[in-house]
Amino acid sequence: MEEKIFAITEGLLDTPTHYCPGCHHGIVHRLVAEVITELGVLDKAILVEPVGCSVNAHQYFNMDAVQAAHGRAPAIASAVKRVHPDAVVFTYQGDGDLAAIGCAEIVHAALRGEKFTTIFVNNIIYGMTGGQMAPTTLEGQTTATSPFGRKVEEAGSPMRVSEMLATLDGAKYLARVAVNTPAHLTKAKAAIKEAFTRQLRGDGFTMVEVLATCPTNWGMTPVKANAFVDETMTQVFPLGIIKDKENC
Amino acid sequence: MSERVLMKGNEAIGEAAIRAGCLYYFGYPITPQSEIPEYMAKQLPQRGGVYLQAESEVAAVNMVYGAAACGVRSMTSSSSPGFSLKQEGISYIAAAELPCLLVNVQRGGPGLGTIQPGQADYFQATKGGGHGDYRLLVLAPNSVQEMFDLTILGFELADKYRIPALLLADGALGQMMEAVSLEVSLQAKPEKQWAVTGRRGRVEPNVVKTLCFDQDTLEEHNRSLQRKYKLLEQQEVRYEELYTEDAELILVAYGISARLARSAVMQARAKGLRVGLFRPITLFPFPEEALFQLTAKNTQAFLVVELSSGQMIEDVERVTRRQKPVHFHGRTGGNIPTVDEIYDQIVQIMNKGGN
Ligand SMILES: Cc1ncc(C[n+]2csc(CCOP(=O)(O)OP(=O)(O)O)c2C)c(N)n1
Ligand code: SF4
Repeated sequence: MEEKIFAITEGLLDTPTHYCPGCHHGIVHRLVAEVITELGVLDKAILVEPVGCSVNAHQYFNMDAVQAAHGRAPAIASAVKRVHPDAVVFTYQGDGDLAAIGCAEIVHAALRGEKFTTIFVNNIIYGMTGGQMAPTTLEGQTTATSPFGRKVEEAGSPMRVSEMLATLDGAKYLARVAVNTPAHLTKAKAAIKEAFTRQLRGDGFTMVEVLATCPTNWGMTPVKANAFVDETMTQVFPLGIIKDKENC
Repeated sequence: MSERVLMKGNEAIGEAAIRAGCLYYFGYPITPQSEIPEYMAKQLPQRGGVYLQAESEVAAVNMVYGAAACGVRSMTSSSSPGFSLKQEGISYIAAAELPCLLVNVQRGGPGLGTIQPGQADYFQATKGGGHGDYRLLVLAPNSVQEMFDLTILGFELADKYRIPALLLADGALGQMMEAVSLEVSLQAKPEKQWAVTGRRGRVEPNVVKTLCFDQDTLEEHNRSLQRKYKLLEQQEVRYEELYTEDAELILVAYGISARLARSAVMQARAKGLRVGLFRPITLFPFPEEALFQLTAKNTQAFLVVELSSGQMIEDVERVTRRQKPVHFHGRTGGNIPTVDEIYDQIVQIMNKGGN
């Protein structure tokens, strides 16, 4: 007798993704889709997708979606949520998208306390365009546009977006998680669930920053990339709940 | 009985939008159009709508993109420097074929320019200011009444053709006060089955997107957009003619320039000069055929009047295929030509037999 012990969540479409081996985008998709399904809100979920490797995330998520221009997802989500206040709206954004070109949009969405959730995938690099420096790139890190390593005196220090947004009253729940180990995965899912639960309660702006790997552009094996998250990334971007403020 | 009130042009746009069922406005202040966001900020919350002040024009136009993707009537407005910033989003809205209304109350440029009126955004408005091959449906009012009427028409045509409509006005019209009849009769809105709502029982997700990696699919999308623009050229051309029947000189002007040109034409007619006016109301689709027809009449020359260094003149020369000389009178920097200035030029051209 065959027994199915692992099934694709209803929140995802049953199709292979284009992500590189070892890339965390697929894992993050799965967690978000599971949470939305478990909360029973798949039918009223709206994804606002970014420009970056996950530009076509609607091909994987089983839900309505709007594709944004590079960095503009928070502006779009602000309007979508106002048109459909009962919908569950979320932006899914990379660090180039959110911290560089779309920095104003995310700051002001948080400032206004927009009642949507942002899933912020921080892989410290521009993945889609071939591994250039991002605002989150680590000091000394070599990328296609920092071939001699990121120099603080030229490019500044890595931007800690969650800490920066935490200063804004409109941001109610900000967490930084990782998905490189099963233990981290469990915590990541709990944080994502909390963020969406808060949104359903109408609390205000919620965001989960996920430290993610880009083995392709880091020039590492997936196993090494996973270890790099713990050994190096978390030193600059500490995991945990960055802000948790009840609105009620 | 018709409801007539005295209103500023900018306010007429706001009132018309709300009466057209636009309950979502996204904006960022800039002179000389700030009465539009101010009107919306006051009116929309009381009339069941949403006013949201964006952090920039870039954000405002993307908010329109989001709201339009959800299938509701929405708009943004700005003035020249702010409108330049909206070009990124406008290209996406055009690509995604989302209906909405954009308003540009133009001022003098380039750069920060001046807050006085201008018409130097004609190229940007009619030739596609953002990236890619796209067009907007461009409507050019020349009175406060038309600010009202064309705002309504803009929403209706935007929905009918799934195209962003642009109301191209200028600072003089925005600030001018005139009596307006507020009567509106709306057509039935088309069903927007493509709109993003959350699936709500639908099996297939609705997706609004503009990326297309496959070159053949994107080429087909471009072809289909061009077919739509052709259809507009066949069905939605609007213009006004005054004394063109026997005119030897025809002035061509839109918006505030057309108001001044009309006064100059009246002055010339009073002196027995055979002068007429051709006023495009849709700048895209440009009234090509109607203007070309005028070359076959008594017309000896055309005179284009604009608040620019000469932008629409290129379309007039193209459309008339230079069968008759095309003269130009333009003022820039926020200056507005006087009626006498235009009249003097009319006399000069007529004295030289059109040359
Ligand atoms: C206006 C604009 N500028 C630049 C680009 C090119 N571009 C595409 S993806 C990308 C970087 C995305 O990086 P990130 O947001 O970190 O996402 P990732 O690919 O790493 O998931 C850039 C710069 C673009 N598409 N549009
Ligand atoms: S380039 Fe990097 S971020 Fe993009 S799919 Fe590959 S591993 Fe993932």
